[in-house]
Amino acid sequence: MMLLRLDDLTVRRGGVAVVAGVSATVGPGEVIGLVGPNGAGKTSLMRAALGLLAHEGCSSLAQLAPGPRARAAAWLPQAREIAWGMPVEAVVRLGRMPHGGGGTVAVERALARMGLQGLRGRAATELSGGEQARVLIARALAQEAPLLLADEPIAGLDPAAQIATMQVFAGLAAAGGAVVASLHDLGLAARHCTRLWVLSHGRLVADGAPRAVLTPGLLAEVFHIRAHFAETAEGPVFQALELLGGTA
Amino acid sequence: MSYRALLIWLSVLVAALFLGSLLVGASSLGPGASLAALWSGEGAAGLVLREIRLPRALLGLLVGAALGLSGAAMQGFLRNPLAEPGLIGTSGAAALGAVIAIHTGAYAAFALALPLAALTGAGVAVALLLALAGREARALTLILAGIAISALAGALTALVLNLAPSPYAAAEIVFWLMGSLADRSMLHVALAAPFIALGAVIVLRLGRGLDALTLGEDAASSLGVSLPRLRLGVVAGTAALVGAATAVTGAVGFVGLVVPHLLRSAVGAAPSRLLPASALGGAAMLLAADIATRLIVPERDLKLGVLTALVGAPFFLRMIRRIGREGA
Repeated sequence: MMLLRLDDLTVRRGGVAVVAGVSATVGPGEVIGLVGPNGAGKTSLMRAALGLLAHEGCSSLAQLAPGPRARAAAWLPQAREIAWGMPVEAVVRLGRMPHGGGGTVAVERALARMGLQGLRGRAATELSGGEQARVLIARALAQEAPLLLADEPIAGLDPAAQIATMQVFAGLAAAGGAVVASLHDLGLAARHCTRLWVLSHGRLVADGAPRAVLTPGLLAEVFHIRAHFAETAEGPVFQALELLGGTA
Repeated sequence: MSYRALLIWLSVLVAALFLGSLLVGASSLGPGASLAALWSGEGAAGLVLREIRLPRALLGLLVGAALGLSGAAMQGFLRNPLAEPGLIGTSGAAALGAVIAIHTGAYAAFALALPLAALTGAGVAVALLLALAGREARALTLILAGIAISALAGALTALVLNLAPSPYAAAEIVFWLMGSLADRSMLHVALAAPFIALGAVIVLRLGRGLDALTLGEDAASSLGVSLPRLRLGVVAGTAALVGAATAVTGAVGFVGLVVPHLLRSAVGAAPSRLLPASALGGAAMLLAADIATRLIVPERDLKLGVLTALVGAPFFLRMIRRIGREGA
């Protein structure tokens, strides 16, 4: 069973293809790290896949009606917006909307997964930025859709929360779901993702296991960096080392 | 206080103020005699109660609820506590319609010409707004189109005043623009009530969508909310509410702005809960303000809109200061 199928997905903005002919599939059990430099088209790719952005080609999610789509995939946008000071628990419960409300168990599970039980009664807008980010991840988890698309979900989180979030994603995948998350931290991507999609100028230039994808050649060409990558007893360790010349 | 308790408390408050509005007035009738006269409808007292005070109290209730509800919907939709229902230009356009009816003297020949012209103005504003904002569901486009329509309606209102045939006609227009519930009849109630009911039904159904919008437009659509439909509901619903309210009372400011803000933290900030609470709160505030106009200077006709602005503007300033401090 495929959770998402993209077929020649293309997004044009002002005549420029910011996403150019991307074809890929997502199946259960996968945590896919969507990586690429700024402006590579990561956000556009995910928004088009969800049908939130006009596109050519085909996305299996975009073809669904809004209701079924909201039950098939949850979306965590990069802009962390909480307009009103609603209690944390009420914000998380917004994730139950596609299911017609209810789902107290799902809300509790999401709060527990993101370590928010102690904050449930607090006004969400009074929390710190990192705490708000966790509240919004919990909201997406409460949706309990098989597929979660997340745009830079761990940016701005402390190291513990970053690792915890990646572990939550791994847990979703282990339970038969899948996650596609855009990430800038290639180290965390290498450690916690089952697969990486590398996007460069809107094109999917690599799709595979982190070890197979993050080669010196690709890192130089796409990211203009040199890095150290080692398989250790404690798993893969990736560290960017230096900028390569001729970045233009 | 729980949400349910708050709604009950507000309902009791509205009921008490409605009763108060029936009992306070120029003619010195005791409370018992007033209610007896309202029930029987006999004699001069019956006429006063049924023809003067009852429509006034009913309009206070309806218009206040309409302003509170539309304010809560507009703030929820724009995700901005400083938004007010007049922002999309319908109240300005309704006022323009009424002013034209006064200027041409049409309302002297036919009592309902004024509110009907105002409703037409509001309708034209909505059509123009949707044409200007197009299919683009972004809130910013809507605000900009609303500001343009408000400015145009304001300029045309000024033009009508400028061309007024006599100082008396100009004074009449100015007084009408101040907003008042005095000297309205049951005909006004009958005209406004269906539009306010229709607007309320539309807006009260938008709660879930507005809740989702708390997370931003993208997240709301991913939760299955249709943004174009939500926007259409907000525009059509608030236009019916505000258009009808303006048509029968003139411009009454600050109620739609202040009431949702006062109640927001008490309902836990969720827009869906704020809608019914603001409807009740708006009714209470307008009934109270209208009673106050009769108590403060009973011998002069203090305009309702003047009073709400006098009380509302300082409150608004305080709100801006607080938001400024929180933002800092």
